[in-house]
Amino acid sequence: MKLAGFLLLLAGWVIVLAALALLKPVPFQAAFVLAGIGTELVGLVLAIRSHVTARTVRG
Amino acid sequence: MNAMTLCLLFTLLVPLAGAGLALINVGLGRSRSAAHAMLASLSVIAVAALVYFVCGFAWQGYPGRPAHLLAVAGKTWNWLAAEPFFLRGLALDGSPASLAVWLGMLSAGLAALIPLGSGADRWRLGASCVSTALLAGFTYPLFAHWVWGGGWLAQLGANNHLGMGFLDAGGSSSIQAVGGLTALSVAWILGPRRGKYAPDGAPSAIPGHNAVLVLFGCLAAWLGWLGLNSAGSILYCGIEPGRLVLVAVNTTLGAAAAALASAATTRARFGKPDASLCANGWVGGLAAGSAGCAHVAPAVAVLIGAAAGIFVVFAVEWVELRMAVDDPGGAVAVHAVGGAWGLIAAGLFAGGEGQLLAQLAGVATLLGFVLPLSYGLNLALDRFYRQRVATEGERRGMDLFELGAGAYPEFMTHTEDFNQR
Repeated sequence: MKLAGFLLLLAGWVIVLAALALLKPVPFQAAFVLAGIGTELVGLVLAIRSHVTARTVRG
Repeated sequence: MNAMTLCLLFTLLVPLAGAGLALINVGLGRSRSAAHAMLASLSVIAVAALVYFVCGFAWQGYPGRPAHLLAVAGKTWNWLAAEPFFLRGLALDGSPASLAVWLGMLSAGLAALIPLGSGADRWRLGASCVSTALLAGFTYPLFAHWVWGGGWLAQLGANNHLGMGFLDAGGSSSIQAVGGLTALSVAWILGPRRGKYAPDGAPSAIPGHNAVLVLFGCLAAWLGWLGLNSAGSILYCGIEPGRLVLVAVNTTLGAAAAALASAATTRARFGKPDASLCANGWVGGLAAGSAGCAHVAPAVAVLIGAAAGIFVVFAVEWVELRMAVDDPGGAVAVHAVGGAWGLIAAGLFAGGEGQLLAQLAGVATLLGFVLPLSYGLNLALDRFYRQRVATEGERRGMDLFELGAGAYPEFMTHTEDFNQR
C-alpha cells in the first residue's frame, strides 16, 4: 500500500508537470494542477495509512 | 553599501539559525542522548558543507550560469545546473554566484539539521551523516536549482506567465519543506522510540529534557533567520537594500505572531501555554514567513505567522496521533507543514495573477518528487547500513552507546519510564 501511495505521489506530480508544459489557458492549467495535487494527496493518505496499519500489526 | 556587501554580512548570521535548530533538537530530546544530538548536529553541518563543495553547487548553480536544458512543447525547461565539481572555475570574489555558494552551503546544512529532530534518540550517528550526504548531494541541490538556480520553477513566470514564477525568498521550500519531508521519511524508516506507543496505539509523552535550551534556541534561530531571509531576498529575489527593512520586520512579526498564537491555542486547549509547542510555533512562524518575506505587507506577515502558529500546534498532535509518527523535535509539523503554508500564503498575498498556481506547482513538486526521492534514498541506505540504533543503545542512551560518555556525567540515573516529579 505504501508503494502504491508513493506511485500516486509521483503520478500526481507528472500530471502537474504535464499541465504546465502542455496546457495553455490558465483555467485549464489550474484545474489539472489541482487534479495532480489531489492525486498526490490520495497517495499521501495511502502512505500514511500503510504506516499506521503496519505499526498496529507490529504492536 | 552595495547589495552584495550587505548579502555577505547577512550570510554571516545564518549559522546562528543552525545553532538554534541544534539547541532546539537537543532540548526536545532525552538527556541520555543530548551529547549525541549535538555532535550529530555538528557532524551533519560538516558533511553537508563538504558534500555541497564536492557536487552540491555543481547541481544547484545560479541563474544565468551553465545548465542542462530540456525542450518540451516549445518551451525550455532548465532542470539541472552544469557547473564543474569542487567549485572549479568559480572565482570566490564576492560575485552573486560566489555568495550563492556560501549561502547554499549553509542552507544545505540547515536542511540537514531538520531531520535530526525527528530521528532523535534512535538515529545512528554514522547513518545520519550518510543520509545528510544524500540530502546535501542530491535532494537539496536539485530542488534548490529549480527554485533558486534559475530552474523551471523559478521560470514559471517567464515561461507560463504565472506571476513572478515560484517565489521563495528565504527557503520555505528548499530548506524547510525539503528538510521536513526528509524528516518524515527518516521517522517512517526508523520507527518510534521504545515505549512511545502502547500496543493499542496510544502515544505516551516523552518530554524534552531541557526547555531552556529549546527556548534559547528559538532566539538564536530568529537571528539566523534574519540573515537567511535577507541574504536570500538579495540573491534570489533581487530586492534593493532599502527593502531589507521590510524583510527584517516581516521575519520578526511572523515569529512573534506565531509564538503568541501557539501560546493562546495551547492555553485554550490545555489550560496552560505549552513551552515546547510555543517554541515549535515560533520556528513554524519563521519557516512560513520565509517565502514571501520580501513581498508582503507587515500586517500580512502577522496573519501568516499567526496562522502558522495555530497550524503547528494541531499538526504536532496530528502527526503523533493520526499519522503515528514519533517526531520528538516536531520537525515534520514545524518545517514541512509550516513551510508549505508559507508557500501557499506567498501565492495568496504576494505576486500577481497566477502566483498561487506557481506556488501550488512548487508544493506539488515537494510532495510528488522530493518526498518519494527522500524516502527512496533513505530506504535504500537502510538496506545497506542500518539507520536505527540497537535496542540496547536506545535503552542505555545514545551518548553512552555511541560515544562512550554522557552529556551530564554527574546525573547518570536513567529510568526506563519517565516519571513526572
